[in-house]
Amino acid sequence: MQHLITLPVLLPLLAGIILLLPPCGKSLVLRRWVASFMALATLVASALLLSTILSAGPVVYAIGEWQPPFGIVLYADPLAVALCILTSFLSLVTIVYASRGDDKAGSFYHPLAHFLLMGVNGAFLTGDLFNLFVFFEVLLIASYALLMHKKDKHTTKAALHYVILNLVGSSIFLIALGVLYGVLGTLNMADMALKVALLQGDDIYLAKIGGLLLLIVFALKAALLPLHLWLPATYGRAMPVIAAQFAIMTKVGVYAIMRVFTMIFGEQAGELSGIASTWLWPLALVTLVVGAVGVLAAEDLRRLSANLVIVSVGTLIAMVALNDEQATAVAIYYMVHSTIACAAMFLIADMIALQRGKVQDRLVNSRGVAEPKLLGICFVVAAIALAGLPPLSGFVAKLWLLDASYGAEVAWVFWPIYLLASLATLVALSRAGTSLFWHDHPNQDEQFEDNVYAGKRRTWALVLILMVPLMMTVFAAPLNEMSNEAAAILHNSQVAIDTVFALAKEQ
Amino acid sequence: MELLYASCVGLLVASGIYLILRARTFPVVLGLTMLSYAVNLFLFSSGRLKINQAPVLGQSASYADPLPQALVLTAIVIGFAMTAFVVILAIRGRADLGNDHVDGQPRATRATKGSK
Repeated sequence: MQHLITLPVLLPLLAGIILLLPPCGKSLVLRRWVASFMALATLVASALLLSTILSAGPVVYAIGEWQPPFGIVLYADPLAVALCILTSFLSLVTIVYASRGDDKAGSFYHPLAHFLLMGVNGAFLTGDLFNLFVFFEVLLIASYALLMHKKDKHTTKAALHYVILNLVGSSIFLIALGVLYGVLGTLNMADMALKVALLQGDDIYLAKIGGLLLLIVFALKAALLPLHLWLPATYGRAMPVIAAQFAIMTKVGVYAIMRVFTMIFGEQAGELSGIASTWLWPLALVTLVVGAVGVLAAEDLRRLSANLVIVSVGTLIAMVALNDEQATAVAIYYMVHSTIACAAMFLIADMIALQRGKVQDRLVNSRGVAEPKLLGICFVVAAIALAGLPPLSGFVAKLWLLDASYGAEVAWVFWPIYLLASLATLVALSRAGTSLFWHDHPNQDEQFEDNVYAGKRRTWALVLILMVPLMMTVFAAPLNEMSNEAAAILHNSQVAIDTVFALAKEQ
Repeated sequence: MELLYASCVGLLVASGIYLILRARTFPVVLGLTMLSYAVNLFLFSSGRLKINQAPVLGQSASYADPLPQALVLTAIVIGFAMTAFVVILAIRGRADLGNDHVDGQPRATRATKGSK
C-alpha cells in the first residue's frame, strides 16, 4: 500500500492515455463511461489515502527511490489529500455533466479533463518546489486546451490573454526557483523549511526576494488583486462545465500560498517568518471589495459566478494572512465549500442559458426556463450556500470564519468588509433569481428543443454536487476536527521535516 | 565572466519585457521566447558558474552542480511546448479576430467605436 500515494496522479494519467487510444478514441459512449469510471477510481484512491494518513500520519514517497532531499518526493498530509478528494469529485461531476452533450462541442474533452485532474492532484501532492512548477504547467496546458474547447471568437481572445499571462507567470516562477536554489541549495520543501532558518547576512534578503516572487506567481494563479483581471473574462467565456472544473484552479494558487508561506516561511523560519502576511492582508481585503462590486455589476449569471470565485479567494487569502491554526482550519473548510458552491453555480448557469434561448443567462426579463422546478430548486440551494445563509455549509463556514478572526487586531476592518461582501452576494443572487425565475413571460406556445432538457446525467450531476453543502453541514463536527488536524500538521513544519528525513535515513 | 553572464540575462529580460508589452501577437511571442531564454540562463547560473568541471563526483577537484542542469532541461522542454502552443493560438487569433492585435482590435477602431 505504500504506492497508494501515487495513484491520484497516475490514475488520471493512465485514463488520459487510455481515452486517446483506439477503442475509446472511436466510440464516444465508451469514452464517457471510461472517463467517469476513472474519475471515480481516482476519487476512491484519494479517499483511501486520506483514511490511511488520518490513522498513520503524513506519508512521504520517494519517486524512483531517489533519496530526499536530492530526488523528488511526493508528500501527502491531510490538507493535500482532502483537496485531491475535492478535485476528483469535481472532475467526476463535471465529466458526468458534460456527457450529456457538451463533450461533443470540440475534440478530446475527456482526456484533457483527466490531464487537468492529474496536474491539479500532482500540484497538491508534491513535496518539491520544482515539481510543483512542472505540475502547474501540466494543469495549465490542459486548461489552455479545455478553454478552447468550444470554437468561438471571444474565447480565442480570452484564451490568448490567459495563455500569455500564465507564460509570464511561469517565467517568474522559474526565476524565483533559481534564486531560492542559489541561496538554499535545495528545492525539497521540507529541506527548505529546515535551511531557511539557518540563513545569514545578505542571503536572507535574496531568499526574501525569491519568496516574494513566488507569492506573485501564486497570487496570479489564485486571482488575487491586482492580478485578478484575467479571471472574469476567462471563466465567463469558457464553457460553463469547463469553468466549473476550473473552479479548483484558483484554489491551487491559494493552496500553494498556504504550503509555501506556512511550511517553508512559517514560524520556524526566523527572520523570514511571515514575510507574506504584510502583503496578503490589504490585498485580500481589496480583492473582497472588488469581487463584491463585480458580483453586483455582473450582467449574466456566469460572470456573477466568476466574481463569486474572486470573493471566495479574497476570503481565503484573508484567512491565510491571519496565519494561525484556527484560521487555517477555517480556510480548509471554506475552500472545499466555496469550490463546490461556485462550480454548482456555473453548472446551473449553463442549464439556464440553454433553456432560455437567445437571452442565455443574461439577467433580463425574458421567456422562462423549460424546467423551472428543477432549476429553481438547484439555484436556491446553490445561492443559499454561496450567500452563507442557514442551514447550508456557507453559514457554518461564515460563523466559524468570524469566530476565528474575532481576536485578531485586524478584525475591525475584516468583519465589516466581509459581512458587506456577503450582503452584496445575497443581494446580487436574489436579484438574479428574481429576474431569471419570476419575471418571465408565459411561454405556452414555445417549443423547447429536445437537447435543452436536463436529462438523467445532468440532473444526477447537479444533485450530486448540491448534496455536498448539505453533507458538509450534517457532518460539520467531524469535518471541523479533520480541518483542525490538517491545519495543525501544516503549521508544524517539523512534522514534514521529520517524515521526509526519516525516509532518507531508512535508505 | 559573471558580469558578462549577468548582463546577458538582464538584457534578454529587458528586451523580453519590452516585446511582451507590444500590441501585436508576433512581438509578444518573441518576447515570451526571449524571456524564457533569459530564465533558462538564470536557472543554469543558480548552481554557480564554473568552467571545465564535470557534474560528476571524483572527475575533477571540484564539481559542477548537476541539479540546475536537470532543471534547465525540464524548463527548456516545457518552454518549447508552451511556445508552440502560443504560436498556434496566435495564428488562430489572427484567423478568428481578423487581425493580429492582442486585444482583438487595433487601437484606431476602438477609439472610433468609443466616440460613436
